[in-house]
Amino acid sequence: MRYLWAFVRFWYEFVVGDDWRIAAGVVTVLAVGAGVVASGNGSGGLAVALYGALIVVFALPILAAGRHRGP
Amino acid sequence: MTPAQLGLLGATFLASAVEIVETFTILLAMGLTRGWRSTIAGAISAAVVLVVVTAFAGYTLLRFIPESLLQLVIGSLLLIFGLQWLRKAILRAAGRKALHDEDAIYAEEAAAGRAAAARSFLGLDWFAFVVSFKGVLLEGLEVVFIVLTFGLGAGDLPLAALGAVLAVIPVAILAFLVRGPLSRVPENRIKIVVGLLLTTFGTFWSIEGLGLFAGDQESLAWPFGDLILGIVLVGWIVTARCLIVIMRRAPTETAHLAVDQVP
Repeated sequence: MRYLWAFVRFWYEFVVGDDWRIAAGVVTVLAVGAGVVASGNGSGGLAVALYGALIVVFALPILAAGRHRGP
Repeated sequence: MTPAQLGLLGATFLASAVEIVETFTILLAMGLTRGWRSTIAGAISAAVVLVVVTAFAGYTLLRFIPESLLQLVIGSLLLIFGLQWLRKAILRAAGRKALHDEDAIYAEEAAAGRAAAARSFLGLDWFAFVVSFKGVLLEGLEVVFIVLTFGLGAGDLPLAALGAVLAVIPVAILAFLVRGPLSRVPENRIKIVVGLLLTTFGTFWSIEGLGLFAGDQESLAWPFGDLILGIVLVGWIVTARCLIVIMRRAPTETAHLAVDQVP
């Protein structure tokens, strides 16, 4: 069990890293996108809109962290 | 070679080069303090493990997972991984995070190498073997991750692997010439470029992979096809640049760090 936990922790830190909010934002944006595509509204416009949303969910946690504290 | 293939080769080359610099810092510290035979044996053993992992994982993923699902999963992982990398690079460039210091890492590894007791196993210096093996394996896993995600996302695993293999050559030549910490490599600048490339391809493939949820399960089409990659890249560059500028202007007690590192 200890090794399994260490394995999961290694991959979590490897992929997600220090700021889980960015990963959570990406998953949320893609989940919303999946919902829209599943409802039959997938298009190039949706791809661009999702791209914009990804920029927002990336920038917001960085700006918030910069406003409140140092590293 | 198409622009997308060139981007793929360049991205895996640069991303791998950064990891290989970190690997060679450990190998140089071990080789110069404990001897080369055991250090090289440890490095080669880890490289063999990495090649087997890459071949096995690549074959399994390609053989058993549908393309659109692969694009979505691989693209999402690459996107999250790339954004994490880009975030760190932005914080470093804005002076909010300490720069990666190969001199310090080399000094630390070399001191550990000098302090460790000699213990022989199968005719090898066990300490040098284990440290080299672990160093190559852990840094190499990142290279494997990058090669697999890029290679599978683009449907060209050999080209992605070629980029990683080519990256070994200049770093090895430099390590041979310098025989010390590779601090002259502009590692922190390369990292922001790599973060941008990982993020761009991750954005492209993860959104394309959402087509999995459409009735026909075809990839979601971006406007302008593969050319959109350039536009997505520019968007991330502008975002990164704006964040660096904003973060530099925001007052903190550590904002004096490395303010000259903006690419």
